Amino acid sequence: MRLLLVWLGFCLSPVSWALPVLQVAEVAPGVFVHISAHHWPDRENHGEIANIGFIVGDSCVAVIDSGGSPQQGMALRRAVKKVTAKPVCYVINTHVHPDHIYGNSAFKAPGVRFVGHHKLARAMATRGPHYLSKADELLDIRVGPDNIIPPDLQVKESMTLNLGNRELQLTAHPSAHTDNDLSVYDKNTDTLWLADLLFLEHIPVIDGSIRGWLKELERLEKNQYKLVIPGHGRLVRDWPAGLQAHKAYLEQLAAEIRIMLKQGKTLEYAVDHVGLSARQLWRLFEEFHRKNVTIAFAELEWED
Amino acid sequence: MKMLRKFAFLIALLPLAALAEDDDSTWNNVLKSQFFAGKTIAESNEVIELDAPYRAEDPAIVPVKVISKIPQGKDKYIKKIWVLVDKNPFPFVGEFEFFPESGKADLAMRVRVNTYSNIRAIAETNDGQLTMSKKFVKASGGCSAPVGADLDEAMKRLGKVKFRLDEGLKSGQPTEAQLMISHPNLTGMQMDQMTRYVRKSHFIDQLKVSFNNKPVLKAKIDIAISADPNFRFYFVPDQPGELKAEFSDISCESPTSRKVCDKGASYSQQYAVSP
Ligand SMILES: [Zn+2]
Repeated sequence: MRLLLVWLGFCLSPVSWALPVLQVAEVAPGVFVHISAHHWPDRENHGEIANIGFIVGDSCVAVIDSGGSPQQGMALRRAVKKVTAKPVCYVINTHVHPDHIYGNSAFKAPGVRFVGHHKLARAMATRGPHYLSKADELLDIRVGPDNIIPPDLQVKESMTLNLGNRELQLTAHPSAHTDNDLSVYDKNTDTLWLADLLFLEHIPVIDGSIRGWLKELERLEKNQYKLVIPGHGRLVRDWPAGLQAHKAYLEQLAAEIRIMLKQGKTLEYAVDHVGLSARQLWRLFEEFHRKNVTIAFAELEWED
Repeated sequence: MKMLRKFAFLIALLPLAALAEDDDSTWNNVLKSQFFAGKTIAESNEVIELDAPYRAEDPAIVPVKVISKIPQGKDKYIKKIWVLVDKNPFPFVGEFEFFPESGKADLAMRVRVNTYSNIRAIAETNDGQLTMSKKFVKASGGCSAPVGADLDEAMKRLGKVKFRLDEGLKSGQPTEAQLMISHPNLTGMQMDQMTRYVRKSHFIDQLKVSFNNKPVLKAKIDIAISADPNFRFYFVPDQPGELKAEFSDISCESPTSRKVCDKGASYSQQYAVSP
């Protein structure tokens, strides 16, 4: 009976059944972010687990990461509409992970340009088929090749986008979180959108290079920013203090693995012993830590 | 309505059922006759025991280990070990030959596991007896996962070789050696066929390790070996000499067929050993 009422309600008054609008906060003038809770991507949350959002200029809007599902992408688009009548002109994908790109299809329209690291298209092509084949089973979402949209604009080193009296400086980073990380700096508000180059609370996830990542963090640490937006975790208004936990975790991993390599220890041993003292400091430690050790070990054993 | 829901429920369960533990169907229906037609294979851990993590942390780098339970004597020894991952698109991981000079037929390596699957090792002793040991591993996506994390770095050092030996070698004692080969070992499944990023498989197919020109390990291997192939095995350093690894790679049109392949390069690397 209740079901019937719901159906009737839906058919008779679509307005009262407004489609979901993603909750966003204006964290700096014209900078809107949806902060996500920390979860393992699953069938309940549909992989909608990353911080995503947009920046509004005088003439148009740049979306920064489109979300973990087509539905979240649509909800983000509605959030843009609620805030401004200006059109979306850019969708910036900070890297290839599904929680950052599966909303792309919601923004595909004439006049919208997709922007990414120059290695993003390759990463999408190589990982896409696997991601897509698992989405139904693991995330309970329906996605196909149309949901993976390679960039129209490829950032080789850096690029400036103008949203109308608002310049965004994009930087293509060397291999760190992945081999296709892109950051966005908003000059007007001195905001650096680092996306998954920075994790807080949620354990950092290595899918690129531990050495490369540490190098990038050390470089970024020397700069001053009013606001830094991580891909997972709370906003950072105390840069570079807000970066230290993440950096310390990677440093600990690298240091302990290097010692084990010197001692002739194996990957299997390292996976069981490296970095365990960091367990209390991070959410989702059990889910990602051992994989981090595996990837870092496979990289560091080729050092020198 | 009730029927419908029940049906939906069953559908939802299907993929899980297909991934059930101890699923030997591929082995029973395909692999056993493909590799061991007409042979009897005892299932026990008395000759070798396979060790692998129940949950693979990284499906593209799953450490597996075959532990031998009998010594490599002149009269009785383990001659060959096959390793298979049942549910991989190309289940054959490798065929490894051992010798009395190996000292011990232990073997550790890293493999790609594409989905929940049994991994099995089958040993043949020199008297022709076959014994099998298996382990179930939960993993997903090891064959289509990107090569290492950084393909460009991997390509830059292709062909580089490292040996690692236990410190304090004891002359005449079986000694563990680690051989690391820098090679992306492309499965040919990492790339989208529709884009310009198509790549054929490109992997090490033959490997021979010898000590003072006596064979220690000989292997025929395939795409299930992880990028940057990594093997640990034994040899007996009975006098100063040279440990030598020779290997070659190959490139095949299809990830799952070996009918159309082009031979690649040959590599060789020596390492001085002084017990
Ligand atoms: Zn990510």
